[in-house]
Amino acid sequence: MADAYDARTPTVIADDVHITYRVHSGRTAREVHAVKGVTFVAHKGEAIGLIGSNGSGKSTLLKAVAGLIRPARGRVYTRGQPSLLGVNAALMNDLTGERNVVLGGLAMGMTRRQVRERYQRIVDFSGIDDKGDFSTLPMRTYSSGMAARLRFSIAAARSHDVLMIDEALATGDAAFQRRSKARIAELRATAGTVFLVSHHHRTVTETCDRALWLEAGTLRMDGPAADVVAAYEAHAKAKK
Amino acid sequence: MTLTATSPAPAPAPAGPAPDLAALAARHGLVESGARPCLPEYTRRLWGRRHFVTAFATARLTAQYSRARLGQLWQVMTPLLNATVYYFVFGVLLRTKEGVRDFVPFLVTGVFVWTFTSSTVLAGTRALTGNLGLVRALHFPRAALPVAYAVQQLQQLLFSMAALTVILCCCGQFPRPSWLLALPALGLQATFNTGLALVMARLASRTPDIAQLMPFALRTWMYVSGVMWSVSHAVRGDKMPHLVAVALEWNPAALYIDLTRFALIDSFAAGQLPPYAWAGAAGWALLAGVGGFVFFWQAEETYGRG
Ligand SMILES: Nc1ncnc2c1ncn2[C@@H]1O[C@H](COP(=O)(O)OP(=O)(O)O)[C@@H](O)[C@H]1O
Ligand SMILES: [Mg+2]
Repeated sequence: MADAYDARTPTVIADDVHITYRVHSGRTAREVHAVKGVTFVAHKGEAIGLIGSNGSGKSTLLKAVAGLIRPARGRVYTRGQPSLLGVNAALMNDLTGERNVVLGGLAMGMTRRQVRERYQRIVDFSGIDDKGDFSTLPMRTYSSGMAARLRFSIAAARSHDVLMIDEALATGDAAFQRRSKARIAELRATAGTVFLVSHHHRTVTETCDRALWLEAGTLRMDGPAADVVAAYEAHAKAKK
Repeated sequence: MTLTATSPAPAPAPAGPAPDLAALAARHGLVESGARPCLPEYTRRLWGRRHFVTAFATARLTAQYSRARLGQLWQVMTPLLNATVYYFVFGVLLRTKEGVRDFVPFLVTGVFVWTFTSSTVLAGTRALTGNLGLVRALHFPRAALPVAYAVQQLQQLLFSMAALTVILCCCGQFPRPSWLLALPALGLQATFNTGLALVMARLASRTPDIAQLMPFALRTWMYVSGVMWSVSHAVRGDKMPHLVAVALEWNPAALYIDLTRFALIDSFAAGQLPPYAWAGAAGWALLAGVGGFVFFWQAEETYGRG
């Protein structure tokens, strides 16, 4: 078993990961066991899709890989610092798009110089200035599609060792989706490993070579993307 | 391993721990994700994020009044209006000014310096709880948030000091070399405040109810800090027990307030300061700054969970 693992360079190792949330409602505290003993090894150059019904623990697992939540039990080992495509949390609606590009870039760990160098590319890629000078207006004046495009552009402006994308592709118009798919392929080429959570199974089979199927916090299946998606769809149909 | 004839899933993944995974990780130089870095490494990473800290602070400061018509003018108007209200209540209605020379500069300096501490402490309680989305989405030393909130309050203080200069000049107190002493006094206070913000951020992330108690705790602290009355007048003679007098004099907020008054106001002489006031101010700053940072770092991996 060890020999098979050693043939390629591992980038993420999840070793029997359990994650619990403490939920306070009023004065009672409950534990939610969101991930229950997941084990997998991801390698350099892989693009791995995560599928499973709502609440099955996909986002939670990615947060543990990113080091944002510490597993209650088990361990996650990573090569470099994995990043979650989640820059939106750093942005402020009352600030202009311009200033949000800078703030978001710095929040992701870019230096001031890197932000300056990539600024124009980020704004061009997002296309917010296509119809007027929107980058000098507060983000609260943007349509939800425009805001989503700007967020994705900021987040995708950096290359990452391990990149995790949680349903970020479901936003934007068709042209922007095409551009972002191309950008993800690029990121994948430069990143060690890409994780992608998506409810669009075609996106998973098209962009990923491998898939993990989570159900109620446990890993149901791990294998070639097409096989796992087919098994998941069969399971979902049987349940209906 | 767990595949059985009745299992509905075609090929369940192997469950349970594989004992060789830790060794595999070690062989390829993988490190544990989400583990707390040692203190020097943590400090280094925080320093690496200094541009984010200042950008975040400035962004919050700017966003604060971005919807108001008068915009950034409020940065100076708000402290001026505050000073007016305090003057009316304490100078005209309650007359705590008895026996205090230059009461307006005395009061306004006290209010502004106190506000710097109280608003930084209050901001500290919200630094993590108000940014859970950020904590759960991006990886950075969490101390960046309370520190950024403290920096924002420092920027706010600079506006207050601009307003204070105007008020002082109106009251016949003009800039002179001793004003430079306000820099070390406020610098030490800023360090003290930041440490306290770090402590409050950790406490409030564990027990959010603290945010509800803070206004009461801060108001009590304000009343004993000599913001609108003179500590040196109160402790003069032997009207009060010695221990109470010492506690009043060595209260960090009172020290920072009186040191700033000493720097800015002509009639506020060194005799009105307790002995070793500068040493006390520096000691509090060191204790709170270093202690707060270590205290915050110790719970680093728990922030944003649950
Ligand atoms: N911040 C949170 N606090 C408490 N419970 C949570 C939190 N986030 C997720 N959960 C719970 O953990 C489980 C897994 O959620 P999640 O990882 O978001 O699933 P998915 O991304 O697959 O839809 C769900 O039962 C959800 O209710
Ligand atoms: Mg999710």
